[in-house]
Amino acid sequence: MQRLALLLISTVSLAALSFHTAAAEKSTDVFFGEAIFYANQAEYFDAISRLDTELGQYYGLDDPGLDSLHLLIDNAQFSVGDFELYYRMHQRAGRAIKSVIEGNVEPAVRNKAIYRLAKILLQKNQPVNALHAIEKIEGELPDEVRDDIAYIKAVIFMVNGRPTDAIEILTGLQSSDTHGGFAAYNLGIALLQLNKDAEGIAQLDKAGTSSGSDEGTKSIRDKSNLALGYKLLESGDPALAKKYLYRVRLDGAFANRALLGAGWAEIALDRYDRALVPWTMLSKRNVTDRAVQEVMLGVPFAYGKLGLHGKSAILYGKALESYDTELAKLDASIESIRDGKFLEALAREELKQDSNWVIKLRDLPEAPETHYLMHLMASHDFQESLQNYFDLEEMRKRLLAWERDIGAYQEMVNIRREYYKPLLPVVEKQFQFLDSRMRLRIEQRDNLENKLQSMLIAPRPQFLATVTERIDGVSIAKLEKRVQHLPKTNEQRQRVDRLRGVLDWNIYTQYHDRLTQAFKRLRELDGVVADLKEIYRSFVRTRQAATQSYEGYDAALNTLHIKVLEAQERIKSAMLGQGHMLESMAVNELDIRRKRIEGDQVKARFALAESYDRAQKKQLDDEYKKAAEESAEQARKAAEQAEKALLEDAKDKAANQETTRKEPK
Amino acid sequence: MLVFTLVASMSLFGVRVFAEEVSKAQIKGLDEQVQEIKKDVLGISSELSLLEEKLLYPSNTQISVFVSFADEGGFRLDAMDIKLDGEEVTHHVYTANELEALRNGGVQRIYTGNIRTGDHQIEVSFLGKSIIGGVYQKTASSKISKGVKPKLVEIKVAGQGFGDAIEFKER
Repeated sequence: MQRLALLLISTVSLAALSFHTAAAEKSTDVFFGEAIFYANQAEYFDAISRLDTELGQYYGLDDPGLDSLHLLIDNAQFSVGDFELYYRMHQRAGRAIKSVIEGNVEPAVRNKAIYRLAKILLQKNQPVNALHAIEKIEGELPDEVRDDIAYIKAVIFMVNGRPTDAIEILTGLQSSDTHGGFAAYNLGIALLQLNKDAEGIAQLDKAGTSSGSDEGTKSIRDKSNLALGYKLLESGDPALAKKYLYRVRLDGAFANRALLGAGWAEIALDRYDRALVPWTMLSKRNVTDRAVQEVMLGVPFAYGKLGLHGKSAILYGKALESYDTELAKLDASIESIRDGKFLEALAREELKQDSNWVIKLRDLPEAPETHYLMHLMASHDFQESLQNYFDLEEMRKRLLAWERDIGAYQEMVNIRREYYKPLLPVVEKQFQFLDSRMRLRIEQRDNLENKLQSMLIAPRPQFLATVTERIDGVSIAKLEKRVQHLPKTNEQRQRVDRLRGVLDWNIYTQYHDRLTQAFKRLRELDGVVADLKEIYRSFVRTRQAATQSYEGYDAALNTLHIKVLEAQERIKSAMLGQGHMLESMAVNELDIRRKRIEGDQVKARFALAESYDRAQKKQLDDEYKKAAEESAEQARKAAEQAEKALLEDAKDKAANQETTRKEPK
Repeated sequence: MLVFTLVASMSLFGVRVFAEEVSKAQIKGLDEQVQEIKKDVLGISSELSLLEEKLLYPSNTQISVFVSFADEGGFRLDAMDIKLDGEEVTHHVYTANELEALRNGGVQRIYTGNIRTGDHQIEVSFLGKSIIGGVYQKTASSKISKGVKPKLVEIKVAGQGFGDAIEFKER
């Protein structure tokens, strides 16, 4: 069951990758898009960090509705949960997604969140909670995750021992592009769980012959055939079992198990010579594989059954030699792990660039310990622990860089302070002078506008007289004083009155044009005042930026520095613990393999002795037989000689009697 | 012997028990500890990036340039150049991972820097390969206006036959 769950969870993870794409397609917020850019490259730390920052700023806005993230906020919440899930932060991812489920959201959105929560719970090995979660899904299902939801539901049912429910869903998923292959395999397993052997076998047979040339389909075919072969072998049908076992590819991940099983199927049919075909092939493969080590006893066993006890004894001897070598290798590996070489080998950067880095570890001459650890390294617990170790190492490097950065920022702030602090008071003084002048001018302008506005209601032509007119007016007033004592008919006085008349005429008749002109100039002045105000604001901002470039950072930088140092300590301690755990897992695994080889060694010794005895007994039997045959031959020859002698004696006697008759006395 | 080995072979169906000395509880405990550390370090990362932005790229001078694909990216983008007021500010050569990330809807922040308020000229050039294998390169420029707020410029690039090869969007 656990094995099955592992297979299925890995598939679910693959399916989840499409979420980034789905989220990205709708993204119009560049910061959200940036987080997706990192997530698509599996750089989840950066993705979470950026999206967290963006979400923090969004929730800090006075009016978040105006932000470009507003329309995508549900998606962003999901995505941060998803990224956390990929970054193995199950606790936080679970909480983030739960908060969305409990919120007031549309059924499609809610169902998607429930699906993700169920996936987390399944990965955390909490199948009952996953079942409770998935059963809450109701109503509309989002198209892009419809098959994913159905598939994970089937998985959860199977893990919770409800194969009947799973079968119904898996049957419907047979034609799914993304999950069809896995659904076909799991449907077979579910039917077998229900003891519907005939149907289960037929289904696995179908899965084992499914069409497709991609590696995933090939692996599903191999796995189906292998599972079916061993199932039939277990239920006592070796003839049919070998048909499926021989279908498994010879270069796939399941090849060794299949070859081993095929050999045992032939043995069960008493076809020892046929068993030697797959077993001999298997025995030439990598000796660290458990199947290869098992077959090292199988091959001589088959030879023994064929009566070739001598050959069998020789092969048992070779197996013993190989076991000795492997035990020495295992001892060296355990020693190497204890010296810390294992973690060093795992942490090699150049290996991590390759997706098959676990396999490549085998080729490292200085990492013998990894030869035996392929299966362990593929296990979920080991992978989780190993990834945690890598994540800790990555965070350690980040913190080191940040520590350096913070130091540089502190210095930068000090340099800015030293530069700006003496300059700012001088600038401030000049600013205050200009500020007071500017305020005065603006006040003047405002007064002017007030006057013009009032002239719209009560015309005041004199206010709009030109400078010349005003000077002329003053001169005329002086002349008027001088001629006021003269009679009105006086020519002098009449001339002065005409001058006054011309001046007033011009001022009064041109009043409206002048007022319009004045308003026009006031608007032009407004433009200049606006520019002045912008320069003023810009200056204020620059002065503020200069102050802010060094003020208010000290406390924040010091706090961050302390946090970085604390985190470094915690990481150091966690890395020790995680590293020790990985080493213990590896040593335990090697110890188990060691014990198995020791068991095989004991069996090989007994089998060798038995084969030797049988070979020797056969040899003795042959010698006895040969001696008996020689004795019989000798006896036969002696009898023949005796008979011959008797005959000759009889002949002699007869001849003597004839001679006596011919010579009477 | 046959029976023993056959049973051993059946271990395919058995559950692997690899570490008696390392319990599930220990694994879980350490995992939770690591998750807590991750949470704290992510918190530090967010605080630090906000502080860095304030310190290095204040709002009134900040400009950020983002790159995204307008479509599925029916071409292979090899490199991109960004010039501001005639001066090259960044040159980026794309990895396969980055291209895939862009094709799947990611948005790359290609440049963050400081400029004065007012009008500026931005010029973008890219070099790539078209679907049929020929060289596909384009250059386009646009006027941008920097105000008091941080300036965000999104550059959308498209393959041949998918509309404008380079589209500017100011935010």
